[in-house]
This record gives sequence, C-alpha cells and structure tokens, in this order.
Amino acid sequence: MALMDSPPADEMAPHAFVGVEDVDLVYGRDGDGVHALSGASFSVKKGGFAAVVGPSGCGKSSLMKLATGLIRPTRGRINLDGQEVTGPVSVAGMAFQNPTLLPWRSTLKNIMLPLEIVEPHKSRLRSNKAEYLERAEALLASVGLAGFGARSPWELSGGMQQRASLCRALIHEPALLMLDEPFGALDAFTREELWSVLQALWMERRFTVILVTHDLREAVYLADTIHVMSARPGRIVASRDVPFAYPRTLEDTFKPEFVDLVHDLRDHISRERQT
Amino acid sequence: MSDPADTPTPVPTGRRAAWSDMAAPWILGIGLLIAWEASCKIFAIKTFVLPAPTDIVASLWKWHAVILLHAGQTLYTTVIGFVFAVVGGLILGVAVGYSRLLYKAFYPILIGFNSVPKVAIVPVLVIWFGIGTIPAVITAFLLSFFPIVVNVAAGLATVEPEMEDVLRSLGASRRDMFFKVGLPRSMPYFFASLKIAITLALVGSVISETIASNSGIGYLMLNASSRFDVPLVFAGLVVVAMMGVAIYALFAAVENRFTGWATRGQAIRFDAGGG
Ligand SMILES: Nc1ncnc2c1ncn2[C@@H]1O[C@H](COP(=O)(O)OP(=O)(O)O)[C@@H](O)[C@H]1O
Ligand SMILES: [Mg+2]
Repeated sequence: MALMDSPPADEMAPHAFVGVEDVDLVYGRDGDGVHALSGASFSVKKGGFAAVVGPSGCGKSSLMKLATGLIRPTRGRINLDGQEVTGPVSVAGMAFQNPTLLPWRSTLKNIMLPLEIVEPHKSRLRSNKAEYLERAEALLASVGLAGFGARSPWELSGGMQQRASLCRALIHEPALLMLDEPFGALDAFTREELWSVLQALWMERRFTVILVTHDLREAVYLADTIHVMSARPGRIVASRDVPFAYPRTLEDTFKPEFVDLVHDLRDHISRERQT
Repeated sequence: MSDPADTPTPVPTGRRAAWSDMAAPWILGIGLLIAWEASCKIFAIKTFVLPAPTDIVASLWKWHAVILLHAGQTLYTTVIGFVFAVVGGLILGVAVGYSRLLYKAFYPILIGFNSVPKVAIVPVLVIWFGIGTIPAVITAFLLSFFPIVVNVAAGLATVEPEMEDVLRSLGASRRDMFFKVGLPRSMPYFFASLKIAITLALVGSVISETIASNSGIGYLMLNASSRFDVPLVFAGLVVVAMMGVAIYALFAAVENRFTGWATRGQAIRFDAGGG
C-alpha cells in the first residue's frame, strides 16, 4: 500500500487557483471592531483539496466568506483563478454545518436551486429540463440518495440532508467547493461515510476544495494540504502536505503515519490555543 | 449505506390523544353552561342582571331574523376591512422585510400606531365619514393590519445567514433571493397571521358598530342594552363569539392547506396580536 506517495509538487503562488495574500479583516469600525484575521496568507492549487484547521473563533468561516467574495478584506488581496476577487464569485458551491435545505421544496428541487440562478444553466433550464433532471438524479445517486429526490427535506435524516446539501453545492459544477464544517453535526459513523462520499466525488471531478473543519482526522483523511490557523486574529501558522495516496480508506486512518500527522497537528493547535 | 429513515414516517404516539383533544373543549363548554344555568336558577338571578343560557337561546330564536341581518352587515364590514388589511399588510410587510432602510423608517411608526387604542379613532372616523359602514370597515382594517405586517416582515427578515451565503455565492440577485427564499419562507408567517387578523377585524367592526352605526351586531347589542333587553345583548355576544370561532377555524384550515410543510419543517411561526 503506497501510503507514502509523492507530496504535491506545487510551488505556491504562480499556479494558485485560490490565493489569499496577507489579508487583514476587521469586523465593525476600527476602534471597537473585532480583529478577525491578521496577515493571513495561503494558496490552493487548481484541483487541490485544502483543509483549514484552527481553534474556534479564529476566523475560519471569515476566510471562507473572503475567498468567495461575500465580504471584502480590510487589507490584502484575494485572487481566484488569476483574477482579484471583488464581489461574490458565482463559480463557488458552498455547504455548511447546517444543511439549509428549503422545506417547501422537494429534495430534488432543492438540489436544482443553483441551476435556477447560475448562468448558463439558468437560461437553458427550461428547455433542457430532462437533461438537468437526469443530472440531478445521477448526482443524488452518487451520494447514496437514489430515489429520495421526491422526498421533502424534513423526511431525511441529518446525514441524508447533508448529502443533499453537498449535491446542491455541486450541481452547477463549480470550480471551487467551499465546505464550512459540513459534517460537524453528524455522528461519527455518518461522518466517516460522508468522507468517502466526498472523496469519491472529488477524485472523479477534481474541483478545488477548501474544507474548514475542527476534526483533524477528517482533515488528514481528505486533504492534500492542511493549513493551521492561529488564535484570533487568525493567520496561517503552519501548512502541511499530506503525503498519503488517494483513495484513502478508514483503514489508513489507523496507520502510524496517519496518527503521527494528526498528533503533530494537534500539538500545533494546542500551542496556538495557549497563546 | 443510507440511513434508516428509509422507512415511512411512523405515526407519533401523541395521535392517540386526538379523541380527548377533540372532546375537551366541548366538555368544558357544556360544563360551564350547565353551571351557569344552575347558578341562575338556584340564586334566582334576574334576567336583566345575568340571563341564563336558556334565556339567551330563547332570545336568539325570537330575534333570529334580525340577528341574521345584523350579523350579515358585521361580516360584510369585517371581510372588506380584512381584505384591505391583507393587501396593505402584505405590501408593507414585504417592503419592511425587504429593505433595512424602510424597516428602520417604519418600525417606530408602526409600534406607535399599534399602541393607539383603535376605539379612540372611531369618533374621528365619524367626523370624516359619518356613521355607518365606512368607519366599521376602517376600524376592522386598522386592527387587523398590524399582525400581518409584522409577521410577513419577520418571515423575510429571518432568513438563515447561511442560506443567504449559499445564494450570494452563486451570484443570486436580490430579486432571486426574494422570490426563491424570502417570499416562500414568509408564507407560513403570513397565513398564521391571517387567522389572528380576521378575528381582530371582527373585533374592530363590532367596536365601531357599538359607537357609530345603525346596523351590525354591535349596534344591535347597544340598542338592546338601551332597552334593557339583556338576553338579546348576550345573544349578540354569542353570535360574535361564534362568528369569531368560525372564521378562525376557516383560516386555520387555509393555513394548514397552503403551508403544511412549515409544521413539519424547521420554520418557526409566531402570532402577533394587537388591539
Ligand atoms: N459579522 C460579524 N460581525 C462581527 N464579528 C464577527 C462577524 N463574523 C464573525 N465575527 C467574529 O470574528 C471572529 C472569527 O469568526 P469566524 O470566522 O466565524 O471564526 P471560526 O469560523 O473560526 O469559528 C469571531 O471572534 C467572531 O466573533
Ligand atoms: Mg465557523
């Protein structure tokens, strides 16, 4: 088993798909504002799977919003695919801990929501309904929800809702997938199932992923690079390549190399929490 | 692979209590009536102080043609006032829920307006419009308008921030957000407010009729009390109460029909009263 595969041989900025350069973020007015980020820098290569870990309240969610242009940095620069981000980017799909499915829509209709908003799908949707329906059904099937499209979200368990939320984030084939603690509210078994679902989707489609998580095993299982953040005001204090070959299995998570990496990250974080 | 929620939704155990739920208000009501009747007979209370239920029924029967006529007038002003309140309340509620600026501008005024006892406005309306149908319609409108505005605005203003982020990251316009999320989401709040609003409209009509009208149940009661026909006053009260229950039940059924998903989904509802 080739656990020690080659680390991603990418050399930072030039080929970065997402580039966060020396970003400060202050919420509210300067005087009494909350200094959420201070000098945060990192980059993610195209098709890469980055995880961001750090103590709670350190600005991980803020970093997500910055990268998708939902908020603007107080200082510094954010690039996406070579362009500076100045407003909502519209090539991103997002999923959160709260699945936020709309209760008045069926699961299938929920998943197809982005198609009603993002071009070119928006204008093609009406005349190519069958094709899009097929696509949505196929995506549902790929996360293990085949046949659940007609159900209302409230009829699904938490894990199933989160699968649907993942589908909604991917239906318009975004180049960038942003996940903010997406499995944080799930039980351990469901969470581990969803790791493999997400890994399979990513290996098949190779979109770029930024995953915020406080579960270090999750980060090591899924990501090719892990960025550790400091306590607030947050910045990246360490970046680790994860050298294990894909696809990773639950078995791998018990191997010494895996466990060592998790411990190493944990040390980093507990040091950060103390300062 | 998929979760056990595959099985059909089981019937909640609470359903077994349905029969006693249905019977409880009838048992209580009949019990109270018997106690009332018995007290009047035992203590020989004079009819013009407190008529017994049988006296009230007799009066209802004796005057049923007149009562029906006046009840029709009351229902008429109630419904017209209510319809205006629905249209106006929906428009203002949407405006206030949609725009932060309008919210800031209107909220103190709405609160102030809602704090004014509407009885105090009726004499002003009489000066402007004379006595009769118009003051009753306007009073009905004024009373039922507020809960609709507040509920619709609340539904719009409480969209989950994550849902907004999902949509904005797709490049959704404010129009998209309004039609795809805000408006459908506020519908349960709207329908919940209707059943409150229609009963308040009835109260408004009756109040206005007791002050400035020569028809309607309110007028009938005032007229009867000036003739010391206390059983007829009580008959009027009974009719108002029955109309109230009937229209409430009607709109509760409408609510259930259109937004049944909200009672199963996670959307929260609340009723705002006024008067
Ligand atoms: N909209 C906001 N207004 C003011 N402060 C905020 C806002 N959003 C987040 N913060 C603050 O910024 C800091 C970082 O928040 P967040 O990015 O949510 O952290 P994390 O996701 O790592 O827990 C926190 O201290 C939080 O209180
Ligand atoms: Mg967060």
